[in-house]
Amino acid sequence: MGERTIIPFGPQHPVLPEPLHLDLILEDEKVVGAVPSIGFVHRGLEKLVEKRDFNEMIYVIERICGICSFIHSQGYAQTIEGLMGVEIPARVKYLRTIWGELSRIHSHLLWLGLMADAYGFESLFMHCWRVREKILDIFEETTGGRVIFSVCKVGGLWKDIDNETLKRIVTVLKDVEKETKKMADVFTRDYTVQKRTRGVGVITYQEAIDLGAVGPTLRGSGVVQDMRTLGYAAYGDLVFEPIVEKDGDCYARTIVRVREISQSFDLIYQAINKIPDGEIDVKVKGNPNGEFLTRLEQPRGQVVYYAKGNGTKYLDRFRVRTPTFANIPPLLKMLPGADLADVPVLALSIDPCISCTER
Amino acid sequence: MSYMPKSPWLVHYDASSCNGCDIEVLACLTPLYDVERFGILNIGNPKHADIFVVTGSVNEQNKSVIKNIYDQMPNPKVVVAVGACASSGGVFRECYNVQGGVDNVIPVDVYVPGCAARPEAIIDGVVQALGVLEGKYKNMVKVAK
Repeated sequence: MGERTIIPFGPQHPVLPEPLHLDLILEDEKVVGAVPSIGFVHRGLEKLVEKRDFNEMIYVIERICGICSFIHSQGYAQTIEGLMGVEIPARVKYLRTIWGELSRIHSHLLWLGLMADAYGFESLFMHCWRVREKILDIFEETTGGRVIFSVCKVGGLWKDIDNETLKRIVTVLKDVEKETKKMADVFTRDYTVQKRTRGVGVITYQEAIDLGAVGPTLRGSGVVQDMRTLGYAAYGDLVFEPIVEKDGDCYARTIVRVREISQSFDLIYQAINKIPDGEIDVKVKGNPNGEFLTRLEQPRGQVVYYAKGNGTKYLDRFRVRTPTFANIPPLLKMLPGADLADVPVLALSIDPCISCTER
Repeated sequence: MSYMPKSPWLVHYDASSCNGCDIEVLACLTPLYDVERFGILNIGNPKHADIFVVTGSVNEQNKSVIKNIYDQMPNPKVVVAVGACASSGGVFRECYNVQGGVDNVIPVDVYVPGCAARPEAIIDGVVQALGVLEGKYKNMVKVAK
């Protein structure tokens, strides 16, 4: 048995865009243990509900994370609407679905790029981010923002997408889809990529359930769970199957995300074909009173929102349980036994979003 | 010292940003904006860097990390605060764990506005930082003489 060394990984590390900190306990080159420490990004924004009224709070909530910002605002709006019993128009549901799925494509492309960078495939990283810019152009055209949209509000949306633009989006997406397919081939078939991802960081079916993994980390281990099947927004009207892979390694988690990108394209086409005309908001009267809980599927997995109102315009409590928080125990399970050089790949394979986790 | 503006290297740290500004900083390096063609490199080692790009606001936990990275950078150095949070605390300024902008811990030379800051604005901020860097270097040379 070699001598034990502790190597700090993060908070500032070239492979991480975000401050995740792990103390890695090593024996020679093998990791035998990992101790995470958190709090670098903690802002305490849940407590802001006492200072911002429930209509303003949505702009704080969408800044929980800049990558899934739209889905956060959608989740908050859905929670408050559920709490107050507001029935939103059908067009709003479809538009939220379209923006949500576009967010998923942009998030997964971003992640594929970072993953490629983690195993040193820099040109692939550049290609992923080049293609992703086309999705950001759609966001900019339809909402005005590239990453933070501020387009969702309690009771509907601030902006509509007219049907002409929706048709144009389909043609743009067809191009993006072609380019994504080319890159997907590299992720699925390239020998060097498989060498770094196959059999690395295996989480079995049972472990994934026991450790409470969510999203692609869970589906990569063969568990069928996708919150979109609950049928929130317009998902109830669209046809899709949760994407599942069996192996539970980094390769399986990559494939889940690659396949989810094509699924998202399909969902957007379906939604654009079916979208009804109509209003984009309803008037919200009164103040929230009572409790409500919603579950949504973010690119990283299941997210839970809980709100408690007291009849005033300020909420009593607002709580978010984010997917990365649930995926940290599986990460700690993967690390022991891995090589030090594989740690960046393993850390990225759960798609960590620290600003979500710590809020 | 005319070579420095031709290849400034920068180190990026996410203080407590929402990721929005961070992915825009990364977007600057990728093919659409591609600042690497100007010799600007994003590197992990603070000891190699001329420009410190900080996103997000300061809290008790990351104060020492920011200070540590800043102290490791060689002189002359410039700090660019990217986004509303790094400049003033932004939308989170009233949160209990947010102590305001980065200028509470280290001196900031250039403030980039926006939530999230656009890549064009970030590139503009870095270009302005180059002017500051040049000025600081001239000052150092004067003092040394």
